[in-house]
Order: sequence, then structure tokens, then C-alpha cells
Amino acid sequence: MDQTPPPAAAPDLVVHEDHGVHTDHDHDVSKHVKKYLIVGGLLIVFTALTVFLSYVDFGNSKANMAVGMLVATFKAGLVAGIFMHLSAERKLIYRILIFTALFVFALFWLTYLHWYDPVVR
Amino acid sequence: MDIPYTTTARPDTGLWNAKIGIWLFLASEVMLFGGLFSAYIFLRLDALPGYWPHGLLNVPVGTMNTAILIASSVTVVLAWAALKMRQFSRYKFYMGITIICGVIFLAVKLLYEWPDKFHHFGAYIRQDRVQKYEQYLGNQYLAERGLEPRYEITGHLHNEAALHDPNIHEYEIQLDQVNADPTNPASDRPHFLPLPKTDKIAHVAKADVQHAEMFVPKHNTFFATYFTVTGLHGLHVLGGVIVFTYFWLPIGANLYKRNPEHLANRVEVAGLFWHFVDLVWIFVFPLFYLL
Amino acid sequence: MDASTDLASHSHAAHDPHGHEGGHDHHELGFFRKYVFSTDHKVIGIQYAITGLIFLFFGFMLMMLMRWQLAFPGQALPVIGNFIGQLFGPGSMPDGKMGPDFYNSLGAMHGTIMIFLGIVPVAFAAFGNFVVPLQIGAPDMTFPKINMASYQAFFVGGVIMLISFFVPGGAAKGGWTSYTPLAVISDQGPGHHWFWNGQTLWLIGFILLITSSLLGAVNFITTIIQLRAKGLTWMRLPFFVWAQFITAFLLLLAFPPLEAAVVMQLMDRLGATSFFMPTGLVVNGAPLAISGGGSPILWQHLFWFLGHPEVYVLILPGMGIVAEILANNTRKPLWGYKSLVFSGLVLGFLSFIVWAHHMYLTGMGAVVSAFFQTTTVIISIPSVIILSAFFISLWGGSIRFNTPMLFATAFLPMFGIGGLTGIPLAFNSADLYLHDTYYVIAHFHYIVAPGTIFALFAGIYYWFPKATGRRMNEFWGKVHFWPSLICMNVIFLPMFLQGMLSMHRRWYDGGQGWTLANEKVWGLTGFQWNLPISIAAWTMGLAQIPFIINFFWSIKRGEKTDDNPWEATTLEWAAPSPPPHGNFAVTPVAYRGPYEYSLPGRPNDFTMQNEPISESDRRAYEAAAAAHH
Repeated sequence: MDQTPPPAAAPDLVVHEDHGVHTDHDHDVSKHVKKYLIVGGLLIVFTALTVFLSYVDFGNSKANMAVGMLVATFKAGLVAGIFMHLSAERKLIYRILIFTALFVFALFWLTYLHWYDPVVR
Repeated sequence: MDIPYTTTARPDTGLWNAKIGIWLFLASEVMLFGGLFSAYIFLRLDALPGYWPHGLLNVPVGTMNTAILIASSVTVVLAWAALKMRQFSRYKFYMGITIICGVIFLAVKLLYEWPDKFHHFGAYIRQDRVQKYEQYLGNQYLAERGLEPRYEITGHLHNEAALHDPNIHEYEIQLDQVNADPTNPASDRPHFLPLPKTDKIAHVAKADVQHAEMFVPKHNTFFATYFTVTGLHGLHVLGGVIVFTYFWLPIGANLYKRNPEHLANRVEVAGLFWHFVDLVWIFVFPLFYLL
Repeated sequence: MDASTDLASHSHAAHDPHGHEGGHDHHELGFFRKYVFSTDHKVIGIQYAITGLIFLFFGFMLMMLMRWQLAFPGQALPVIGNFIGQLFGPGSMPDGKMGPDFYNSLGAMHGTIMIFLGIVPVAFAAFGNFVVPLQIGAPDMTFPKINMASYQAFFVGGVIMLISFFVPGGAAKGGWTSYTPLAVISDQGPGHHWFWNGQTLWLIGFILLITSSLLGAVNFITTIIQLRAKGLTWMRLPFFVWAQFITAFLLLLAFPPLEAAVVMQLMDRLGATSFFMPTGLVVNGAPLAISGGGSPILWQHLFWFLGHPEVYVLILPGMGIVAEILANNTRKPLWGYKSLVFSGLVLGFLSFIVWAHHMYLTGMGAVVSAFFQTTTVIISIPSVIILSAFFISLWGGSIRFNTPMLFATAFLPMFGIGGLTGIPLAFNSADLYLHDTYYVIAHFHYIVAPGTIFALFAGIYYWFPKATGRRMNEFWGKVHFWPSLICMNVIFLPMFLQGMLSMHRRWYDGGQGWTLANEKVWGLTGFQWNLPISIAAWTMGLAQIPFIINFFWSIKRGEKTDDNPWEATTLEWAAPSPPPHGNFAVTPVAYRGPYEYSLPGRPNDFTMQNEPISESDRRAYEAAAAAHH
């Protein structure tokens, strides 16, 4: 039984004013503006790259698909990490997303496994 | 009655309520589009050779739309930053551009891309009649090159009445490049710039056809998936545009006067949704347009 | 939206829950804002409860109709047969005899209604909405307007499902699982409307129900994370809150793929696409005018990806309710709290990767089938741990057998039977034989009916005083309990036998046409059990009447109680009965765990969570901690 009593004098839960609790403070945000523009530019460049690479033959269709998805994942990572502030987010959000990623991966992989491994083909 | 932590963060989690709420909602959206993508995987794997088409979507237009959506992702985060820095007119400016980008994206899709497909005709030739149309399909050549077979003749349908009139027994099709010149190596793979239709006309007997219609969802599983995914994605874009418009018009923007931080939070939450919509498109674009 | 617009004031709402800053709740709300379009979690909880209970009863009546056909196949239903035939349209019960399509509709809608319009709304939405904010010391949910929207989506979805009975062709009849391609081609063609038909309305109603659950899940999770009172750490939460928390995650992440699949099935029906339609289908002698190339197995994957977590959605809140009532009526803490929490979390996680055990007969190869058999067998472990912890919790208790406790105690062996009979189904070899038989029906009904539904009854009797300030009548509670328990077993126990005699589900003739079900095993014959089962089902229907009367009568005329009639420890009992808008005059602070019953050195046998630690308490805790080492 976890019965350790809390401290006798209960401190007031919320001490901060509104601008103090976000991951970006007012003065920090202006620094980030430049970052957003750079990432935006990068995304456009990588879009062009995606299109270009799709006309390059990497041997078989699996390889072509892998390259395309790799670039897309990288772009998605930029959007998620920088635009959605995920790179500086709290543990709780990460935990929610890890499980989501695991389950969507399970959906893809196990459905594929079922297709891949039939009793007779 | 006050709900705690609507604008200020709870100390142990470091988060305010709507932030958690939107991420939870986005997690469910990941699963939603994940379900659609798993359908894509399954249907594409299951498609017999020659029945999953390539190169039927307009890549330059799709690329441009991708760029527009990316630009709107940039502008929405700049709009949020402007709110955090208490620069209201800047916020209105960037949010306005975001909304316009969203509208353009939808307009391009609904006024050009989709209708263009709805007027593009395709006829799948019956397996036992494929030999008869070899001049338009080029399967011997394709087999020599180890490429997937062709069973569809596509182009512009001259006699649209053939679709409904049982007394008309053949389709008069102004051919796409790939069927006009099927053994040309240039036709092996899709082109970046869409090729114009040729002047060549093919007459395809209805009796030789498995099924034929415009490029509508029922035409094949590729288009079924394409229209469903882009349609659902488009609904999400529309939803985002509506929410942004609410926060741009006085009815929503006036919150700035009472509690600018609250408005910044709500714009941030809406922006997270918008970035997710962009993220989905980042995968949709290569999967349908390119690969 | 919510108040707290005054930046100068602190944002912690404890000191003035009546929101002078907000200023919008000093005037009295009109009838509609108070009872129909309310954003108060308690009102919404009660809305869900009443609507859900009505649907449960309606679904029950559908089953009672089916049981007539099974007990007396081909015979006219006396007295009401013709009336029902007229009510549900031509073809349903011509001359009072049940038509096969109508039987299938009853079956499909019984399942759909009981699960999605009955149990999920009551177990998750009703109990969760009403109790969780109170148990964590919160003034309401984090998103009250979204809460209201969630109920409204549920309500509209439910109405659409009901309407589907009265359109040409009747309600959906492809099973609650709506397997394709049958579900795509059904309810189409002559005599059916292209849109106003049973299956299409089922799909549309389903989208609304899923939306409702998703909104609710977001609310529950955020509320439990953010609005726990001071001192209420995660490991001090009542198990009921944990159960609802895990359930919310299951709904949040498992429902969307099915929503995608429902959209795709709608496309197949309305747009003639071939998501789930294989090539070469011939219907009524004519090949279908579709492209083909689709996969019926894809529907099964996406359906069961939800379908399996869904069954844990059905059981977890029930387990949570039982936990609360067991602790309260044994007057001792639950045994193995940490095991319960950990098992619940593992159960939730594993539930996402077992789904294809519903698909063993789809031609799965050795590898994929071995994977799912393994995960399915493993998932039985946390269930057993939870049930065992509950049983052990009874040991050494000072048990009070009031009505909630009767239902909660009965839950234990009933869920035990249901769970254990699932184990043969985990193995594809045994499932090869038992799949789609009455064995499966018996298995899952044992879990949901004398399992979850008993837990729901327990919860209603238990929390009724908190919601109304009055108790339900104990005597009529027992009159409700005993026949229900006996009838449940008479209904479902023989179904195991019927299933092992290979009597299939969804057979309109009750197994008559199947030789095996006619054979005698130990002197017992399969399909002839249909008669006693049906009689028990109708008797159980009668046994619910005292409950319904008791429920409504006690709202106004029940014995008045104080705030804590059960002498319970959790925070909801510190609020007035019924709690006002905002719940607590002063936000409670939690000083101890949720089940501090029979603490040594005290005159009373329970200590509420929000009671400060006294010197003698501190000594008792230290002694207990020392004794553990």
C-alpha cells in the first residue's frame, strides 16, 4: 500500500503565469521563425527530389517503393518534429504516439503477413 | 465553473488540456488513415499484373498542390508565432494566406484533377480477346522486356452515347500515347509531363470489353482507393479551412482582445491538425502519383 | 468556451468553482439547456444510461423473438405474431411466422444494438461520464461541449439504426460483422431503395457511433490525465478509473480502421467500387458489373482490428465496477492493486495484436496463425490475474451481501466460465471445429451477459444513491438478481453442448436440418435444448420487470440516503448526493489510496481518500510498512 502522506503544507499547484508554461517563450519564438522558413524550403526541395527519384529505376519495384517511402518519412519527420514541435514535446505525448505507431505498424505488418502466408497459394 | 488547465499547463504533465486532446485526436486520425493505407497495401498486392495502373495522374499538378500545402503549413506556424509575439496584423496576414492555400488546394482537386479523371475513358479488354488488340496493347513487346502486361485501352471517348445506348456496339476512342504507340520504349514508364492525346482513333467492340467506363471510383481498385483517400483527405482540408476561417474572422479573432494566449493556443491546436493533414498528403502524393 | 478569461486570477479553479470570472452560470438554465443540451458530465452520463438501457431492452426483445423461432421453428407466434409482422413490414412475419430474412435481421441487429448501442454507451460512456470526474475530484470533463456532441452523435446514430427496421427490405441482415461481399450486395435490387435500406443505414449509423466513441475517448483520457485532484497520483486511482482509462485508449486507437472500412463498404455499395469485391462474382446468375480485384479478407482484417479490442472495451469497465463494489462490501482493500493495474495495461496492449483469431478459417498459413495463437494464449494471462485478484480479495473479508455485491460476486464465476471457455477457441485446431457454432455464442455471452451486464446492474444499484440521493429497493433487487442468475445459466450453458454438437450460429431453423445436432451425447440432443433455453430467455425478460419498476419508482420514492450510504472510501462519496454543477464545494485533496477499509486504530471500518492523515494513521501505516519487510 502506498500510503506515504503528502507534505503537510500543500503548495499552490499553479504558480506560473500563462506565458511561462509553453515550450516556446515569447522571446524564443522569433528565433524559431527562421527555422520554420528553412524547414519549409527544405520540404519543397525534398518534394522535388521525391518526384525526381520516382523516375529513377532502382532495380525492382520494392526498391523503388522503399526509396519513395524513405524520402516521404524524412519529410514527415521534419513536419512532425519542427512544425508540430514534437522535437521539444513532453514525454506524455511521445508515449501516446509510440503506442499509436506500434499499433499502426502492427496493422500493416500483420495484414501483410496474412497475405504473405496463406495455406495454399 | 472553471475547468482547470485550459490555458495554463498542469505542472506534472507540463501540458494544457487541448494540447493533449488534439494529439489524442491525431493519434486516432493516424489509425484512420492507417486503415486506408493498409487497404492500399492489400489491394495493390492483390492486384494481378496489368490491373494496377501507373502514370494516370497529373504529376506536375500534384507536385504543385503538394508545394501549396507545404507552404500553408509554413504560413500557419508563422501565424501562430505572430500570435505568440502579439503581432496581430501579422497573424491575420499569415492566416489569410494559409486559408487561401487551402482553398486553392481544394479548388485544384475538385475543379481540375477529379473532373479531368471523370472525362478520361478506359476499357479493359477481355482476357480472351487481348490478342486482337495487340496493336494497342503491345504485350509481346512488354513480355520481352519483362514488364507488366497491358489490358486497358485509354483515351478520350468520342461517342459518349456508347456508355448508355445498348444499340451502339463499339467505343470510338481517341488514344492516349501509351496505346497509340505501345512498343515505343518511351511508353514503358510514366512521364513527368503528361503527354497529349494522339490523333489516332481505335474502335473497340463492346463484346471484347470486360468493363469500360470513365476513370471513376468503380473503374478499378486504384481509382477506388485514390478517390476515397483523396476525398477523405480533402474533407479534412475543408474542415481545417473552416476552422481557420473562424479564427480569422472577427467571431474567432476577437478572442485576441480578451485573452491573446487563449487564441494562440487554439490556433496552435488547429495548426497541429493542419500539419497532420499535410503529413498525410506527403505520403499520399508519392503512393498514388509517383510509385 | 470555458471560463478563466481573467488573466489576473490564478488558473487553478479550486477556490472558486462557481466562476466569477466566467460569469455564465449564475442564471438558471432553461429546461433544454439543463436536461437536453447539457454539458454537465452527470447529466450526459444519465442521458447515456437511460438511452443505453432502453436500447439494451430493445435488443433483448429482438432476441426473445428469435428464441421463438428457435424453439418452435416455422410456427406462428401467438397473440403478437401478426402485430409484429405488420409493424416490421411485409416479409418479416407473414401469418405470424418468422421469415428467414427477418430472423437474420434480428440476429444482426441484436448484436449491433447490444454491443454498440447498449453496453458501450452504458459501461463506458454512462458510468465513465458520471463517476470518473467525481472519483478524481474534478469539476467536470476537460471538454464539456465535446462531451455533449459525443452524446448527440450516439443518439442520432442510434435513431438511424432504429429507422433501418422500417425501410423497405428491413434492417441489416448480414450479421453484426457485416462480412463482405454479402453485406455489399444485400439490401439492393428490386424492392430496395438505393439509399434507404438496412445495410446502408447500418453503415451510416455506425460512422456516427464511432465518432461518438472517439470524442468520448479523447475526453476521458485528457480528463484523467489532467484533472486528477491534488495528491491523487496514478497509483492511488480507483481501479475503476484505470479501467475506463485503458478502455478509452482501446476505443481511440482501434475504432478508426473500422471507420475507414465502413467508408469503403459504403463506397462499394453506393459507388460500385470493389474494395471488398473479388473478381468474378456472379449474383443471381449474372456477373456483377464491377471491376473486381477487391478482397473480402481486407474487410475482416479491418473489422476485427476493432472487433477484438472492442470485446475488452466491453469487459474492462465491468471489471472496474466490480472492483469498486468488492472492496466496498468486503470492507478491505483490493488484493493486488498493482497487479490489477499492470494486467489491465498489458491486456489493453495485447488486445491490438490478437485479432486474426477470429479469422482462423480464412486460409492462414502456419506462420501467421502461430503468431496469433501465441498472442491470444498470452492475453488470457492478464485476464486470469485480474479475476484471481478479485477472488482473493474476497478472502478474509467482512462481506455484506447487498444487491450490488450479489451481482458483483456472481460476475466472478460467470466471467470465469466465459473466459476459460475461450481458451479452446484460441487454438486454430480446435477453432476449426468450433468456429461459428453455438459454442462461440455461449463463450462470449457468458462474458458479456452474466459478466458485463451483471456488473452494470451492480453499478446501477451501487451508484444510484449518488445520482439521486435515494436507494433502490433491496428486496426487489434480490428478486431481480436470483432469477436473472439462474436464467442466464440455463440459457447459455446448454449452448456449449449445442456448439460441440456442431450446431451453427445464425441458422434460422435452430439446428433441425443438421444431423449432428440431432445426435445424442450423454443422452442429450443438440437442437432440442432450444426449448428450455427459450423459456429461460423469456423468464429472464420477466425478471427484468422488477428492476425497471424499481429503477423509476426509486428516483422519486426511494429511501432517502446521505452522501455516503455504502460507507465507501473513494472521492465521489465526498460529494453531495446528487452532486451540484461543479461537483465539489471545495476541491478535494487525496491523502491516501482508494481502498482504505479497516485501517487499524480507527473506530470506523473505512477511511475516505480525502481524509487527512492523523497521527494514529501515520503510526498504522508505518507499522504496516515495517511488517512488509
